[in-house]
Amino acid sequence: MAVDALHDSPTAAGSGDSESGRATAPPVPGFRIVPLRGLPIVAVVLAGLVTVIATNTLWGIDFFHVVGGGMWTALDLFLGFVIGPIMGRLSIPARIEFTTRLMPKMILIMPTLVVCTLGAGWQLARHLGDLASTYPEHAWLVAAFIVVAVMAVIALGLLEPANIAVLFELKRPRPNGAVIARLMRRFILTAGVTGALQVATLLIMTRVATS
Amino acid sequence: MTATEPELPPVPARRLPPVAELTVASLALMLAGGVDLAAHLPRHPPLGPVVGLLVGGAVLTAVALTLLSRISPFAWRTFFLVARWSLLAYAVITGVGVFVFLYDHTGGSTLVVLILSLVVFAIDVPTVIAFTAARYEDTGGLPGGQGRPG
Repeated sequence: MAVDALHDSPTAAGSGDSESGRATAPPVPGFRIVPLRGLPIVAVVLAGLVTVIATNTLWGIDFFHVVGGGMWTALDLFLGFVIGPIMGRLSIPARIEFTTRLMPKMILIMPTLVVCTLGAGWQLARHLGDLASTYPEHAWLVAAFIVVAVMAVIALGLLEPANIAVLFELKRPRPNGAVIARLMRRFILTAGVTGALQVATLLIMTRVATS
Repeated sequence: MTATEPELPPVPARRLPPVAELTVASLALMLAGGVDLAAHLPRHPPLGPVVGLLVGGAVLTAVALTLLSRISPFAWRTFFLVARWSLLAYAVITGVGVFVFLYDHTGGSTLVVLILSLVVFAIDVPTVIAFTAARYEDTGGLPGGQGRPG
Protein backbone atom coordinates (compact mmCIF):
# COMPACT_ATOMS: atom_id res chain seq x y z
CA MET A 1 0.00 0.00 0.00
CA ALA A 2 2.85 2.33 0.69
CA VAL A 3 4.17 1.98 -2.84
CA ASP A 4 1.06 3.47 -4.40
CA ALA A 5 0.55 5.94 -1.61
CA LEU A 6 1.62 8.77 -3.87
CA HIS A 7 -0.94 7.84 -6.52
CA ASP A 8 -4.52 8.95 -6.72
CA SER A 9 -6.47 5.70 -6.73
CA PRO A 10 -9.52 5.63 -4.49
CA THR A 11 -9.32 3.66 -1.27
CA ALA A 12 -11.85 0.91 -0.59
CA ALA A 13 -12.50 2.00 2.92
CA GLY A 14 -16.09 0.96 3.12
CA SER A 15 -15.66 -2.51 4.55
CA GLY A 16 -15.85 -2.78 8.27
CA ASP A 17 -13.51 -5.08 10.13
CA SER A 18 -14.34 -5.36 13.73
CA GLU A 19 -11.67 -8.01 14.37
CA SER A 20 -8.87 -5.64 13.55
CA GLY A 21 -10.54 -2.84 15.44
CA ARG A 22 -11.36 -0.79 12.36
CA ALA A 23 -14.69 1.00 12.28
CA THR A 24 -16.83 0.91 9.18
CA ALA A 25 -15.42 3.86 7.33
CA PRO A 26 -16.90 5.83 4.46
CA PRO A 27 -15.23 5.56 1.06
CA VAL A 28 -12.20 7.75 0.61
CA PRO A 29 -11.98 9.59 -2.71
CA GLY A 30 -8.85 9.08 -4.79
CA PHE A 31 -6.16 11.63 -4.15
CA ARG A 32 -2.45 12.20 -4.42
CA ILE A 33 -0.50 12.87 -1.25
CA VAL A 34 1.82 15.17 -3.17
CA PRO A 35 -0.03 17.01 -5.96
CA LEU A 36 2.52 16.76 -8.76
CA ARG A 37 0.88 19.53 -10.77
CA GLY A 38 1.86 21.95 -8.03
CA LEU A 39 5.57 21.13 -8.13
CA PRO A 40 6.37 23.32 -11.19
CA ILE A 41 4.67 26.25 -9.44
CA VAL A 42 6.80 25.65 -6.33
CA ALA A 43 9.91 25.45 -8.52
CA VAL A 44 9.05 28.74 -10.25
CA VAL A 45 8.42 30.49 -6.92
CA LEU A 46 11.69 29.24 -5.41
CA ALA A 47 13.59 30.17 -8.58
CA GLY A 48 12.07 33.64 -8.32
CA LEU A 49 13.17 33.89 -4.69
CA VAL A 50 16.75 32.88 -5.51
CA THR A 51 16.79 35.30 -8.47
CA VAL A 52 15.69 38.36 -6.49
CA ILE A 53 18.18 37.55 -3.74
CA ALA A 54 21.03 36.95 -6.19
CA THR A 55 20.28 40.17 -8.09
CA ASN A 56 19.76 42.24 -4.92
CA THR A 57 16.39 43.38 -6.19
CA LEU A 58 15.09 45.14 -3.11
CA TRP A 59 11.53 45.43 -4.43
CA GLY A 60 11.50 41.72 -5.28
CA ILE A 61 12.90 40.75 -1.90
CA ASP A 62 10.31 42.93 -0.18
CA PHE A 63 7.59 41.41 -2.39
CA PHE A 64 8.53 37.84 -1.48
CA HIS A 65 8.75 38.69 2.22
CA VAL A 66 5.50 40.65 2.42
CA VAL A 67 3.44 38.39 0.16
CA GLY A 68 4.86 35.17 1.61
CA GLY A 69 4.50 36.39 5.19
CA GLY A 70 1.01 37.73 4.60
CA MET A 71 -0.18 34.48 3.05
CA TRP A 72 1.54 32.35 5.70
CA THR A 73 -0.02 34.40 8.51
CA ALA A 74 -3.46 34.48 6.91
CA LEU A 75 -3.43 30.75 6.20
CA ASP A 76 -2.37 29.88 9.75
CA LEU A 77 -5.03 32.10 11.27
CA PHE A 78 -7.69 30.90 8.83
CA LEU A 79 -6.86 27.23 9.36
CA GLY A 80 -6.59 27.50 13.11
CA PHE A 81 -9.56 29.70 13.88
CA VAL A 82 -11.97 29.31 10.95
CA ILE A 83 -11.43 26.03 9.13
CA GLY A 84 -10.47 24.09 12.26
CA PRO A 85 -13.70 24.64 14.19
CA ILE A 86 -15.74 24.07 11.01
CA MET A 87 -13.97 20.76 10.33
CA GLY A 88 -14.57 19.65 13.89
CA ARG A 89 -18.32 19.90 13.27
CA LEU A 90 -18.42 18.20 9.88
CA SER A 91 -19.63 14.64 9.45
CA ILE A 92 -16.86 12.07 9.00
CA PRO A 93 -17.46 11.60 5.22
CA ALA A 94 -17.42 15.36 4.70
CA ARG A 95 -14.31 15.70 6.84
CA ILE A 96 -12.54 12.97 4.89
CA GLU A 97 -13.43 14.50 1.54
CA PHE A 98 -12.36 17.95 2.69
CA THR A 99 -9.12 16.55 4.15
CA THR A 100 -8.19 14.70 0.97
CA ARG A 101 -8.63 17.92 -1.00
CA LEU A 102 -7.04 20.37 1.42
CA MET A 103 -4.10 18.56 3.00
CA PRO A 104 -2.16 17.61 -0.16
CA LYS A 105 -2.17 21.25 -1.23
CA MET A 106 -0.95 22.33 2.20
CA ILE A 107 2.05 20.02 1.84
CA LEU A 108 3.28 22.19 -1.02
CA ILE A 109 1.93 25.60 -0.03
CA MET A 110 3.14 25.95 3.56
CA PRO A 111 6.84 25.04 3.19
CA THR A 112 7.06 27.24 0.09
CA LEU A 113 5.56 30.22 1.90
CA VAL A 114 7.82 29.68 4.91
CA VAL A 115 10.99 29.51 2.81
CA CYS A 116 10.02 32.63 0.84
CA THR A 117 9.11 34.60 3.96
CA LEU A 118 12.20 33.70 5.94
CA GLY A 119 14.72 33.76 3.08
CA ALA A 120 13.49 37.09 1.75
CA GLY A 121 12.98 38.48 5.27
CA TRP A 122 16.56 37.74 6.23
CA GLN A 123 17.85 39.43 3.09
CA LEU A 124 15.52 42.40 3.56
CA ALA A 125 16.79 42.90 7.10
CA ARG A 126 20.36 42.69 5.85
CA HIS A 127 19.74 45.27 3.11
CA LEU A 128 17.99 47.66 5.49
CA GLY A 129 20.65 47.26 8.19
CA ASP A 130 18.17 45.81 10.66
CA LEU A 131 20.45 42.88 11.52
CA ALA A 132 23.07 45.14 13.08
CA SER A 133 23.02 45.06 16.87
CA THR A 134 23.10 48.88 16.77
CA TYR A 135 19.71 48.93 15.06
CA PRO A 136 17.34 50.44 17.64
CA GLU A 137 14.69 47.76 17.14
CA HIS A 138 17.18 44.87 17.12
CA ALA A 139 15.64 43.34 20.23
CA TRP A 140 12.27 43.19 18.48
CA LEU A 141 13.90 41.46 15.52
CA VAL A 142 15.45 38.86 17.83
CA ALA A 143 12.01 38.42 19.40
CA ALA A 144 10.67 37.73 15.91
CA PHE A 145 13.41 35.12 15.37
CA ILE A 146 12.37 33.40 18.61
CA VAL A 147 8.68 33.40 17.70
CA VAL A 148 9.47 32.01 14.25
CA ALA A 149 11.68 29.31 15.78
CA VAL A 150 8.90 28.23 18.15
CA MET A 151 6.47 28.18 15.25
CA ALA A 152 8.93 26.14 13.21
CA VAL A 153 9.30 23.53 15.95
CA ILE A 154 5.52 23.21 16.18
CA ALA A 155 4.96 23.24 12.42
CA LEU A 156 7.79 20.88 11.45
CA GLY A 157 7.72 18.63 14.49
CA LEU A 158 3.97 18.26 15.04
CA LEU A 159 1.80 19.84 12.36
CA GLU A 160 3.47 18.68 9.17
CA PRO A 161 3.97 15.06 10.37
CA ALA A 162 0.28 14.94 11.37
CA ASN A 163 -0.70 16.31 7.97
CA ILE A 164 1.22 13.63 6.09
CA ALA A 165 0.29 10.82 8.49
CA VAL A 166 -3.43 11.59 8.00
CA LEU A 167 -3.02 11.28 4.25
CA PHE A 168 -1.16 7.98 4.59
CA GLU A 169 -3.83 6.64 6.93
CA LEU A 170 -6.51 7.62 4.42
CA LYS A 171 -4.57 5.74 1.72
CA ARG A 172 -4.71 2.48 3.63
CA PRO A 173 -7.24 -0.18 2.57
CA ARG A 174 -9.02 0.20 5.92
CA PRO A 175 -8.28 3.61 7.42
CA ASN A 176 -8.52 3.78 11.19
CA GLY A 177 -10.96 6.55 12.05
CA ALA A 178 -9.52 6.96 15.54
CA VAL A 179 -6.00 7.51 14.21
CA ILE A 180 -7.32 10.06 11.71
CA ALA A 181 -9.34 11.83 14.39
CA ARG A 182 -6.35 12.00 16.72
CA LEU A 183 -4.02 13.31 14.02
CA MET A 184 -6.57 15.83 12.77
CA ARG A 185 -7.05 17.12 16.32
CA ARG A 186 -3.30 17.55 16.53
CA PHE A 187 -3.24 19.32 13.15
CA ILE A 188 -6.02 21.75 14.03
CA LEU A 189 -4.66 22.43 17.54
CA THR A 190 -1.13 23.13 16.30
CA ALA A 191 -2.50 25.28 13.47
CA GLY A 192 -4.35 27.29 16.11
CA VAL A 193 -1.22 27.68 18.24
CA THR A 194 0.87 28.80 15.28
CA GLY A 195 -2.00 31.12 14.32
CA ALA A 196 -1.83 32.71 17.77
CA LEU A 197 1.95 33.04 17.46
CA GLN A 198 1.39 34.68 14.08
CA VAL A 199 -0.44 37.47 15.89
CA ALA A 200 2.77 38.06 17.87
CA THR A 201 4.71 38.12 14.60
CA LEU A 202 2.28 40.67 13.17
CA LEU A 203 2.74 42.92 16.21
CA ILE A 204 6.54 42.70 15.99
CA MET A 205 6.75 43.12 12.23
CA THR A 206 4.44 46.12 12.09
CA ARG A 207 6.46 47.72 14.86
CA VAL A 208 9.77 47.04 13.09
CA ALA A 209 8.39 48.23 9.74
CA THR A 210 7.21 51.56 11.14
CA SER A 211 10.15 52.33 13.42
CA MET B 1 -16.96 15.61 17.25
CA THR B 2 -20.64 15.46 16.30
CA ALA B 3 -23.44 13.38 17.73
CA THR B 4 -23.83 11.55 14.41
CA GLU B 5 -20.32 10.10 14.49
CA PRO B 6 -19.99 6.38 15.08
CA GLU B 7 -17.92 5.38 18.05
CA LEU B 8 -14.33 5.06 16.94
CA PRO B 9 -12.12 2.13 17.80
CA PRO B 10 -9.14 2.89 19.99
CA VAL B 11 -5.91 4.07 18.45
CA PRO B 12 -3.55 1.08 18.25
CA ALA B 13 -1.91 1.08 21.66
CA ARG B 14 1.62 0.09 20.79
CA ARG B 15 4.49 1.43 22.82
CA LEU B 16 7.28 2.75 20.63
CA PRO B 17 10.52 4.40 21.68
CA PRO B 18 10.42 8.21 21.87
CA VAL B 19 11.79 8.72 18.37
CA ALA B 20 9.51 11.66 17.58
CA GLU B 21 10.14 13.34 20.93
CA LEU B 22 13.92 13.07 20.60
CA THR B 23 13.87 14.29 17.02
CA VAL B 24 11.66 17.27 17.85
CA ALA B 25 13.93 18.10 20.79
CA SER B 26 16.91 18.00 18.43
CA LEU B 27 15.02 20.21 15.98
CA ALA B 28 14.35 22.70 18.79
CA LEU B 29 18.06 22.79 19.67
CA MET B 30 19.01 23.42 16.02
CA LEU B 31 16.52 26.27 15.76
CA ALA B 32 17.71 27.71 19.09
CA GLY B 33 21.23 27.69 17.68
CA GLY B 34 19.94 29.35 14.53
CA VAL B 35 18.29 32.10 16.56
CA ASP B 36 21.50 32.67 18.52
CA LEU B 37 23.52 32.93 15.32
CA ALA B 38 20.95 35.15 13.64
CA ALA B 39 20.93 37.49 16.64
CA HIS B 40 24.67 38.07 16.22
CA LEU B 41 25.15 38.08 12.45
CA PRO B 42 26.57 39.80 10.47
CA ARG B 43 29.16 40.15 13.27
CA HIS B 44 31.21 37.09 14.13
CA PRO B 45 29.08 35.35 16.77
CA PRO B 46 30.45 33.53 19.82
CA LEU B 47 30.26 29.91 18.67
CA GLY B 48 30.46 28.13 22.02
CA PRO B 49 26.71 28.06 22.78
CA VAL B 50 25.80 27.21 19.19
CA VAL B 51 28.31 24.36 19.02
CA GLY B 52 26.92 23.07 22.31
CA LEU B 53 23.40 23.12 20.89
CA LEU B 54 24.62 21.48 17.69
CA VAL B 55 26.37 18.65 19.53
CA GLY B 56 23.38 18.15 21.83
CA GLY B 57 21.03 18.03 18.86
CA ALA B 58 23.26 15.66 16.92
CA VAL B 59 23.41 13.30 19.91
CA LEU B 60 19.62 13.35 20.27
CA THR B 61 19.24 12.62 16.56
CA ALA B 62 21.73 9.76 16.73
CA VAL B 63 19.92 8.25 19.73
CA ALA B 64 16.58 8.63 17.94
CA LEU B 65 17.89 6.91 14.81
CA THR B 66 19.42 4.11 16.89
CA LEU B 67 16.17 3.51 18.75
CA LEU B 68 14.28 3.68 15.47
CA SER B 69 16.48 1.06 13.84
CA ARG B 70 15.67 -1.37 16.67
CA ILE B 71 11.89 -1.20 16.26
CA SER B 72 10.48 -4.45 15.01
CA PRO B 73 8.06 -4.96 13.44
CA PHE B 74 7.76 -1.59 11.75
CA ALA B 75 6.39 -0.25 8.46
CA TRP B 76 9.81 0.35 6.98
CA ARG B 77 8.56 0.59 3.41
CA THR B 78 6.28 3.47 4.33
CA PHE B 79 8.96 5.02 6.51
CA PHE B 80 11.56 5.06 3.75
CA LEU B 81 9.06 6.19 1.11
CA VAL B 82 8.15 9.24 3.19
CA ALA B 83 11.68 9.82 4.46
CA ARG B 84 13.12 9.76 0.94
CA TRP B 85 10.78 12.41 -0.45
CA SER B 86 10.84 14.51 2.71
CA LEU B 87 14.62 14.44 2.65
CA LEU B 88 14.58 15.66 -0.93
CA ALA B 89 12.17 18.48 -0.05
CA TYR B 90 14.11 19.58 3.01
CA ALA B 91 17.40 19.30 1.15
CA VAL B 92 16.00 21.90 -1.26
CA ILE B 93 14.87 24.09 1.64
CA THR B 94 18.23 23.69 3.37
CA GLY B 95 19.93 24.46 0.06
CA VAL B 96 18.11 27.80 -0.16
CA GLY B 97 19.30 28.55 3.38
CA VAL B 98 22.91 27.71 2.56
CA PHE B 99 22.67 29.82 -0.61
CA VAL B 100 21.48 32.83 1.41
CA PHE B 101 24.31 32.56 3.92
CA LEU B 102 26.96 31.97 1.25
CA TYR B 103 25.62 34.92 -0.70
CA ASP B 104 25.93 37.08 2.42
CA HIS B 105 29.61 36.12 2.68
CA THR B 106 29.11 34.18 5.89
CA GLY B 107 32.26 32.13 6.11
CA GLY B 108 34.77 30.29 8.23
CA SER B 109 33.72 28.48 11.38
CA THR B 110 30.35 30.27 11.47
CA LEU B 111 29.43 28.83 8.08
CA VAL B 112 30.59 25.34 9.09
CA VAL B 113 28.43 25.43 12.23
CA LEU B 114 25.49 26.78 10.22
CA ILE B 115 25.77 24.08 7.58
CA LEU B 116 26.12 21.31 10.17
CA SER B 117 23.07 22.65 12.00
CA LEU B 118 21.15 22.66 8.73
CA VAL B 119 22.27 19.07 8.04
CA VAL B 120 20.95 17.89 11.42
CA PHE B 121 17.77 19.88 10.74
CA ALA B 122 17.43 18.22 7.33
CA ILE B 123 17.69 14.78 8.99
CA ASP B 124 15.35 15.59 11.89
CA VAL B 125 12.39 16.78 9.87
CA PRO B 126 12.14 13.82 7.45
CA THR B 127 12.69 11.43 10.36
CA VAL B 128 9.82 12.78 12.44
CA ILE B 129 7.51 13.03 9.42
CA ALA B 130 8.29 9.50 8.21
CA PHE B 131 8.09 8.01 11.71
CA THR B 132 4.69 9.60 12.30
CA ALA B 133 3.41 8.36 8.93
CA ALA B 134 4.64 4.80 9.53
CA ARG B 135 3.96 4.29 13.23
CA TYR B 136 0.22 3.62 12.93
CA GLU B 137 0.54 1.18 10.04
CA ASP B 138 -0.49 -2.37 10.75
CA THR B 139 2.55 -4.53 9.98
CA GLY B 140 0.56 -7.71 10.38
CA GLY B 141 2.83 -8.94 13.13
CA LEU B 142 5.49 -9.99 10.66
CA PRO B 143 8.97 -10.05 12.15
CA GLY B 144 10.66 -6.86 10.99
CA GLY B 145 7.45 -5.54 9.42
CA GLN B 146 7.97 -4.36 5.85
CA GLY B 147 11.58 -5.43 5.56
CA ARG B 148 14.43 -4.47 7.82
CA PRO B 149 16.03 -1.02 7.86
CA GLY B 150 19.20 -0.39 6.00
